Amino acid sequence: MGIEEKLPAGILLTTVEQLAGYMRKSSVWPATFGLACCAIEMMAVGTPDYDIARFGMERFSATPRQADLMIVAGRVSQKMAPVLRQVYDQMPEPKWVISMGVCASSGGMFNNYAIVQGVDHIVPVDVYLPGCPPRPEMLLNAIITLHEQIQNAPLGVNRVNAAHAAEAAGLAATPTHDMKGLLA
Amino acid sequence: MAEESKKASFLSQMFAPVAGFGVTFSTMFRTLETEEYPEVKRPTQPRYHGRHQLNRHPDGLEKCIGCELCAWACPADAIYVEGADNDDSEGGSGRFSPGERYGRVYQINYLRCIFCGLCIEACPTRALTMTNVYELADTNRSALIFEKSQLLAPVQEGMIAAPHPMVDGLRERDYYQGKVASATPEQSAWADAREAELAATAKSTEVDDR
Repeated sequence: MGIEEKLPAGILLTTVEQLAGYMRKSSVWPATFGLACCAIEMMAVGTPDYDIARFGMERFSATPRQADLMIVAGRVSQKMAPVLRQVYDQMPEPKWVISMGVCASSGGMFNNYAIVQGVDHIVPVDVYLPGCPPRPEMLLNAIITLHEQIQNAPLGVNRVNAAHAAEAAGLAATPTHDMKGLLA
Repeated sequence: MAEESKKASFLSQMFAPVAGFGVTFSTMFRTLETEEYPEVKRPTQPRYHGRHQLNRHPDGLEKCIGCELCAWACPADAIYVEGADNDDSEGGSGRFSPGERYGRVYQINYLRCIFCGLCIEACPTRALTMTNVYELADTNRSALIFEKSQLLAPVQEGMIAAPHPMVDGLRERDYYQGKVASATPEQSAWADAREAELAATAKSTEVDDR
């Protein structure tokens, strides 16, 4: 593709990866996807009291085209699921998803036909955040966890290889609808 | 009225276009209200509903009796408990709690738990309480199902980790009446003997593997 493939995989590329990761993680713009009570805590994170701008998230983007991070805050109903997927598809790469609160992560206490039992049935989730709703510090903690992930994300060939490895692992793993016990 | 406002002084007229910046300027000297979260953590309320903890008796035996009342009380079905009998016999699995039974498997799914505290209210032995820990974000769904080993309270001064027998001459009810202060020398001798035995069996199987 570019210069990355011509260079030997080694010290230069890892340094570039770290630099690119640092830049990416310092300017993640979240898309507003508040669905329920968790959205109130998400809004609280935007207030001066917690000030999400300290993490380079200057504003919540109202259009998915300009967003990098989708914070799914609240229970996702079956009717909302296709909408959520469409918003995710409209976001440009690279993009990340935080599943905020137990309802988004696993359905929480709403174990019924109306609620999607975990938003990872629809979109790939990077960070799961428990809590009902999580306090603003917990969301900041999830964002810091995501930052570490972005910082160490591979680039170029390594990224393609990592994606292939993740896909192979995903195919070998138990499907979510086949999981038993507490994972169900 | 209208004429009065027209007669504003020359000075105020000159500063009128930038008067709004006065607010911005004065804010520079105000103390910052922002919580610097990762560096400085604001303490939670003392009764904050955070992560759970499975408590121990003062001698290190577990308080959980595997009654599953917490699992029944849970509105989100986040708790899974499997009880088993304590086994005091020679070569048995050992004693984990003072009573008849103990919680062999104890799991809490933090992606279901809504931190309501009904399990704490339901617990008859105060085995399950909540801590103030709230940093639980993880990248993996299965990593957020906490096992018993993760939930158990740390072994503190004077405690010996279960399994080991009860304090000599005491019954189950004495544990709840606070008659146990710490682990006795007999208990620690028993635990040491068991540890040596386990190490010996582990070594012999290692030799067999070769």
